[in-house]
Amino acid sequence: MDDGVLLQMSRISKSFPGVRALDGASLTLKRGSVHALMGENGAGKSTLMKCLFGIYAMDEGEITLNGAPVSFKSSKEALEQGVAMVHQELNQALKRSVADNLWLGRYPTRWGVVNERKMQKDTKALFDDLGISTDPKAIMETLSVSKRQMVEIAKAVSYGAKVIVFDEPTSSLTEEEAEQLFRIIRRLRDDGCGIVYISHKMEEILRICDTVTVMRDGKTVATEDAKHLTTDAIIRLMVGRELTQRFPPKENTPAETVLTVRGLTGKHSILRDVSFDLRKGEILGVAGLDGSGRTEVLEALFGLSEKSAKALILEGRSIENKTPRQAIANGFALVTEERRATGIFGIRSITENTVISNLRNYLRGFWLSQGAMKRDTEQIISSLRVKTPSAATPIRALSGGNQQKVIFGRWLLTKPKILLLDEPTRGIDVGAKYEIYQIITDLAKQGRSVIMVSGEMPELLGICDRIMVLSGGRVAGFAERDATQEQIMTLAAKYV
Amino acid sequence: MKQKNKGALRERRREFFINNSLYLFLIAAIVAIVIYDPRFLSVPSLVNILSLSAANLPLALGIAGAIILSGTDLSAGRAVGLIACVSASLLQTSGYPNKMFPALQTLPLWAVILLALAMGGLIGLINGFCVAKFRLHPFIVTLATQLIIFGLLLMYLMIGSNNGQSISGLDASYTEFITGSVLRIGSTAIPNYVFYSVGITLLMWFVWNKTTFGKNMFAVGSNPEAARVSGVNVTGVTVGVFTLAGILYGVTGFIEAARIGSNSAATGLNYELDAIAACVIGGVSFVGGIGKIRGVILGVVLLRIIFVGLTFLSIDSNLQYVIKGLIILVACAIDMRKYLVRK
Repeated sequence: MDDGVLLQMSRISKSFPGVRALDGASLTLKRGSVHALMGENGAGKSTLMKCLFGIYAMDEGEITLNGAPVSFKSSKEALEQGVAMVHQELNQALKRSVADNLWLGRYPTRWGVVNERKMQKDTKALFDDLGISTDPKAIMETLSVSKRQMVEIAKAVSYGAKVIVFDEPTSSLTEEEAEQLFRIIRRLRDDGCGIVYISHKMEEILRICDTVTVMRDGKTVATEDAKHLTTDAIIRLMVGRELTQRFPPKENTPAETVLTVRGLTGKHSILRDVSFDLRKGEILGVAGLDGSGRTEVLEALFGLSEKSAKALILEGRSIENKTPRQAIANGFALVTEERRATGIFGIRSITENTVISNLRNYLRGFWLSQGAMKRDTEQIISSLRVKTPSAATPIRALSGGNQQKVIFGRWLLTKPKILLLDEPTRGIDVGAKYEIYQIITDLAKQGRSVIMVSGEMPELLGICDRIMVLSGGRVAGFAERDATQEQIMTLAAKYV
Repeated sequence: MKQKNKGALRERRREFFINNSLYLFLIAAIVAIVIYDPRFLSVPSLVNILSLSAANLPLALGIAGAIILSGTDLSAGRAVGLIACVSASLLQTSGYPNKMFPALQTLPLWAVILLALAMGGLIGLINGFCVAKFRLHPFIVTLATQLIIFGLLLMYLMIGSNNGQSISGLDASYTEFITGSVLRIGSTAIPNYVFYSVGITLLMWFVWNKTTFGKNMFAVGSNPEAARVSGVNVTGVTVGVFTLAGILYGVTGFIEAARIGSNSAATGLNYELDAIAACVIGGVSFVGGIGKIRGVILGVVLLRIIFVGLTFLSIDSNLQYVIKGLIILVACAIDMRKYLVRK
């Protein structure tokens, strides 16, 4: 009796003290299908997957694989039975080679000695089969994120995995790399694998998935054929209410030029001769492929990297911005791409995270005024609608969207003229994204200027006044608001 | 265009000088020492450097493992001290007036070797267990265990009528086994322990590079979480690395006792610091997951050349500490440059 069901998770429940994280969630994965699992952050997607891989013990429910009940104790055990996960945050030994990572935990040995030759040969065969062109001897650290991810996928395939869970696999890939990923996913599907695909990106879900399951508040609220769904329908299911618009109305009006950049060139980065003007109250988008120098523009402007420029003029005054301290003094602010790594101070309170860039203003003689810091933090929490039990809560306890609001708050307190935003909505769910867009638009409306880097073109087109497209470290051109994604892509490929 | 090339060339040359400054410094130092005293490059002097390096090498290889796990081991020196004193006390000549255990017959060497290795292994096992199971930083664990070991050593030296005196009068079979010689260069004998050290180094090269355990050690040092989700027994590897380190301290202790002949509570003092310095100079990085056997060898030998060289130059021994410290700082700074992403 083969009904094509590969993996069946039925009525899974899991409670943590005070929270019912999963409430009778179910998921049916069929052989040869790509199944999207969607939902806002906190809807229970990752908890469900953690129950599958035995990282959490579920309170109720049943999991069957090929009709037989299973309960994995660890991801290793799951892997051995053909259930693999490609993590959002890659877990790899970066100082070791590709082959070492691939076969970690199961090196082929002969008489206790690792058989290097077999390892290299097997790696080569596996890569050839998947169309991956990475040198097995390369050190992981030297590879791009997408290449590392390919290694992770190859690893899952090499275990003969039948069920592969992808957790936000394209969040750090360029379009081209994503295409390669989709090819491999389709290949796996055609080979009879079942793919669970977790992503926030509607466009790609609708492109490559056959079935979509949407989660909300720990329940699986709908499972539908992808053919019958639209982006709006999915958002409606996820949010549980009509979200009329993905982007707030444009209310900012760019005025006179405040920042003039001429011939910005990175000393150690690929930036070459980047020139542009930024107007007061303007939101300037920066688009381009991964490695085109998007992030590097912000880093150079903020003094994080060594650079040279023919001219760097802020409000008619020539500036240098050699270090972040100088940049901050000149009214610059940077919201970094890797929130957890370079944005938040995880174990410290929201108050400390909020005031950290502005401490000078709280000095009363030798002491910091606790009262003033508390007042400002409370004001940020209420004005940016940060959802938190208190200002003393460690910031790592908040969701990604709320952490991001705190970081925006941190910079707002410095009253910046120029805000540099690097992927400000990465890893943030749909509802919170809208709020972040609203904050950005409001800032521009107040006359602050924004430079926003993003790999998601719809969002750039949604909120920017103009988009500067980079290609190979150079400016390939500027796109206006009414440009199409295709036009931007063409520009992005100009100097590749 | 030509101007640009020239600039790039100058930049490359600068990089070369900075990255290899240690070797350049060493060459300069050797030249200076030889000019001052040509005997520095004589056979006895070179054999001296070689054998002093060989005596320290097993210990350094053990500590290198702990550093590759992005840890450290402060208990090494005291472990060597305890094992040296125990080995020495069990292998004193019968009839020696100050014998610690007067009734004790001369034990067979192999029995004491096994005991030394077992003691080292046990110390390492305890270190590794605390690090892996209680998730304590190795710095804390070994800071504590080195105190405990030192206490035990002091108590051991009070046994019987010994009353804390140093232990000497070692049996000829023991000293002959360690410091005797089967090979001479001219009239200079190469002590046997040099060969034991070479053997152990080869064995360790094999363990590091060719075995699953070795590869797992590097993987755990590079990213313990990745190793865990790949099914590597991280606890096992950690305990294993520290235990292996302990066994190597056992080797060092057994050799050291016979090499210096008279063992006291000061035996082994600060050995771990020299070994850690040697590892770092040799490119075993505190970042974790990085290190090569040849780096450790190079580090140990380099440091030894510097120490011996300073003595040759008859530099004040107090000043020698200052110079050693500076060398370690510079070496680490150069090492770190390689891992900084240039921006």
